Amino acid sequence: MKRDTRDRAGFTRRALLVGTAQLGIFAAIGVKLYKLQVQQHSQYAMMAQANSISERLVAPERGLITDRFGTVLAGNQQHWRALFMQALAPDPQAVLDNFTKLVALSPDEQARIAGDLADRPGYIPVLLKDYLDWPDMAAIEVNTPDLPGVIVEVGASRVYPFGPALAHAVGYVARPTPREAKTDTVLALPGMRVGRTGTEAEQDEELRGAPGFVQTETNVHGEVVREVAHDPGTPGQTVALAIDAGLQNLAVQRLGQDAGAVVVLDANSGEILAMASNPAFDPALFDKGVPAATWESLMKDERDPLQNKAISGLFAPGSTFKPTVALAAMKAGVLTPDTILTCNGSLTLGDHIFWCDNHVAHGSINVTTALQVSCDVFFYQVALMVGIDKIAEMATTMGLGTDLGVDLPNAAAGLVPTHDWARARGIYWAEGSTVVQGIGQGYTQLTPLALATMIARIASGVAVGPHITRRIGGVLQSGADPDDWLPLDVDDRHLAVIRNALFEVVNTPAGTAYASRLTLPGVQMAGKTGTAQVHDNTAAEKQKNFNDMTMPWADRPNALFVGFAPYDSPRYAIAVVIEHGNFGAQSAAPIARDLMTYAIQHDPAGRDVPLTPPPAPPAAPAGDVSANQPPGLSLQ
Amino acid sequence: MINNSVALHRPFRDRSFGLVRKFLAINWLFVLCVCLLAGVGYTALYSAAGGASQPYANSQLYRFLTALLMMLVIAMVDIRIIARLSWVSYAIGVVLLLVVMKFGHTGLGAKRWMTLGGVEIQPSELMKLFLTLALASYFCRASHERVGNILFLLPAVAVVLLPVALILKEPNLGTAVITALIGASVMYGAGVRWWKFAIVVVVIAVAAPVLYHHLHDYQRARIITFLNPGSDPLGAGYNIIQSKIALGSGGFSGQGYLHGTQNQLNFLPEKQTDFVFTIIAEEFGFIGSMAVLALLFSIVGIALYTALRCQHQFGRLVALGIGANFFLYCFVNLSMVMGLIPVGGVPLPLISYGGSALTAVMLGFGVLMSVHVHRDVEFAAKDF
Repeated sequence: MKRDTRDRAGFTRRALLVGTAQLGIFAAIGVKLYKLQVQQHSQYAMMAQANSISERLVAPERGLITDRFGTVLAGNQQHWRALFMQALAPDPQAVLDNFTKLVALSPDEQARIAGDLADRPGYIPVLLKDYLDWPDMAAIEVNTPDLPGVIVEVGASRVYPFGPALAHAVGYVARPTPREAKTDTVLALPGMRVGRTGTEAEQDEELRGAPGFVQTETNVHGEVVREVAHDPGTPGQTVALAIDAGLQNLAVQRLGQDAGAVVVLDANSGEILAMASNPAFDPALFDKGVPAATWESLMKDERDPLQNKAISGLFAPGSTFKPTVALAAMKAGVLTPDTILTCNGSLTLGDHIFWCDNHVAHGSINVTTALQVSCDVFFYQVALMVGIDKIAEMATTMGLGTDLGVDLPNAAAGLVPTHDWARARGIYWAEGSTVVQGIGQGYTQLTPLALATMIARIASGVAVGPHITRRIGGVLQSGADPDDWLPLDVDDRHLAVIRNALFEVVNTPAGTAYASRLTLPGVQMAGKTGTAQVHDNTAAEKQKNFNDMTMPWADRPNALFVGFAPYDSPRYAIAVVIEHGNFGAQSAAPIARDLMTYAIQHDPAGRDVPLTPPPAPPAAPAGDVSANQPPGLSLQ
Repeated sequence: MINNSVALHRPFRDRSFGLVRKFLAINWLFVLCVCLLAGVGYTALYSAAGGASQPYANSQLYRFLTALLMMLVIAMVDIRIIARLSWVSYAIGVVLLLVVMKFGHTGLGAKRWMTLGGVEIQPSELMKLFLTLALASYFCRASHERVGNILFLLPAVAVVLLPVALILKEPNLGTAVITALIGASVMYGAGVRWWKFAIVVVVIAVAAPVLYHHLHDYQRARIITFLNPGSDPLGAGYNIIQSKIALGSGGFSGQGYLHGTQNQLNFLPEKQTDFVFTIIAEEFGFIGSMAVLALLFSIVGIALYTALRCQHQFGRLVALGIGANFFLYCFVNLSMVMGLIPVGGVPLPLISYGGSALTAVMLGFGVLMSVHVHRDVEFAAKDF
């Protein structure tokens, strides 16, 4: 018993020591847990977040392009597409192989995907396949476990409800080039498009918006467990064009099969109400990528469907240039409204004969009659009197042969020659060149837009500049108001003479465009026809008429018409160019009449349906006392 | 004083002590603590399955209930019968270790499992209990002088080293060290001087680096896998980093039940087994981990209390060894979860998913309760 007691005492001491050590170790574990869980909590919480939340940028929705009344000209349509986040796939190549087994990919697509995967950082998803159909979608959904990192989401493709009718004014978008995608990571996002032409290109930044993001919780295998946050980004702004879709449709319809261009301007503000270029193309082609064959045929077409002829097509203005010549002469003082010059049907200069139109002798006439009947010999003489430099100076004032600053890409300035210009290019300037300059032939090359600007300036006496964008995000752009423009630097009396002459052109039986006068009560159009030679006629042709239907299409002269209405208080200006359409009076003026009639009946100028601008942040009420309190001070 | 205690606790000299009285004499506070820990385990495993009782929580519950029944039955088996079976169980344990070495299946990079009658068992887990019994048997009647005798100690050391060597060979360093430490605890409780342990520790500490230095590269690599069995596929230290993130992100009050991102999003492989503590810590925070820590220590404390109250040396040493076993389980597992030691393969008893450790621990608790119930019995010579 005694031994047992001694054993027990020793054991108790030792057991208590062991127990104390155990308690001490547990306490140490507790302290360590306190450090980990309480003191270093924020650090580990962040690491846990980084573990589970993965973020991916998403393309913003591209802004709409509408006409002035809110009709959508370029919109977005939703479709399904498959994306791939490399960062979420343990073995990207295996995932791609699995995907290719489910969804057919062309060798081109596979090459593009391989390139994109090599180029882009892991957090930028790469487009695998656009425009998924139901069988593809189902195949992907069913095989989700084999496709870590593959995301099926709604994408937007660009749609153009008016198709070719507005292809040039609105333009088109296309996928960014690999080079663009490298310089701007936002462009690398699937679904991002870059405007290539027209308003899509000009307002690309406004339309693009800012990217959003999707935060998803992913597990260790990269499988998305749930969506934590979804920020759609800032959609691009709505760009409202000055275009009136109705007028535009009519313009396209009236051009029909003819190659050419029509521009209708608000004469007082320079807003482009209609701008058609024929033939056109389907702008939606470019969103998905143009098939090579289609691209070839577009490029080869001699009628050049891809070019916006309204702003970059260069045409000899022909007789539509005559008002400018007259204004230049009047400004220079060599011509007055009463100056009488004689037309014998031709002008001989040296050994060269310059014929009047149709070889007709107009007799002794003043400037009004010369414009009314479109006498060439009268203007040959005026051109010789005033000289090409002064004509060019007036042309610049009228917006011809100069950069008009239109808000569309690839606008051509055109050319009105001067002596300096000729000297710089080593061209010998013969007097004969000055003669033909008087009737808008020779070196002079102008765009339909410039011609429309010219006639708008004559009509309004204001130096309006043509522009197509009216509102961005509901905000009216400068230039929409006539007061935004300076008065034209031309004597009002000279303008009045020209306006009167142009009135006679359309509204008197002797006028060249009498057949195309308006039939609306109390409203008249004023204008000027033009028939411009495009071909250096042979001597035989010169003996006949140079505008003969027997000539090949490409050799026939261009038909032009510029005009404005109403004559009393001009609101609309128009320029029509029909390529190889022979007489301006015959093919261009009737189109102008119909469009003018529509414009006057519907009267879009100055009217629109503005987009409601986003509400301004509420301002602090002025009478609120607490608003003036320094922070931290409370009112008791 | 002794008479008083005899008067208070009627000594049972025979086996007629009624089963009902034995049943009532079980330490029910201890049983409650065990059940609470099993409840914690159920909660954690329910969460590990993403908020489902399948596949872990329910099957673990059935295992626990079976093990609990076994524990209560063993609690009523006379401790002297158990004492008499000490060496037999030790022999069986050694044989099982040899069998598992030869025929066992490999799990997580080490051969340590075997199937016995449809139940997966880990002989090394059982061995820890059997070693405790054997050592207690060896030391319980030894006088203080004999315990001080090196020659008397050497067979005991051999008894410890044989299973330790076999477990090392599996390889399972964690369990081997725990087994050695349990042996050391029992020997210390029996009266072996602390400096003798110190000498062993110093010898190992000095020898280890020298040995390591003279090893070939492939041998070193083997030691590294040995230290870290089931080496993780996602790179060195991945488990530990994810485990620490889970603990740390729990904060003071936790991310909320079923809302721990580390757990729910599977950032921890095998979280339902060795890393089960991270689920509690992440979802219930520091408060939750402290509560579990307190429950775990209450088991250790009650085991110690049982040892101190026991009237016979065998019971004391057994209770001390079983307490040390449970404590070492907790210590190694928690240290591993916190990234303090690079050892794997040690579950958190009663909480981790898995039957083998649970069965072994509950078997030990049955013996512990038997010690408690039979704390006042007297041993006769024939009992050994």
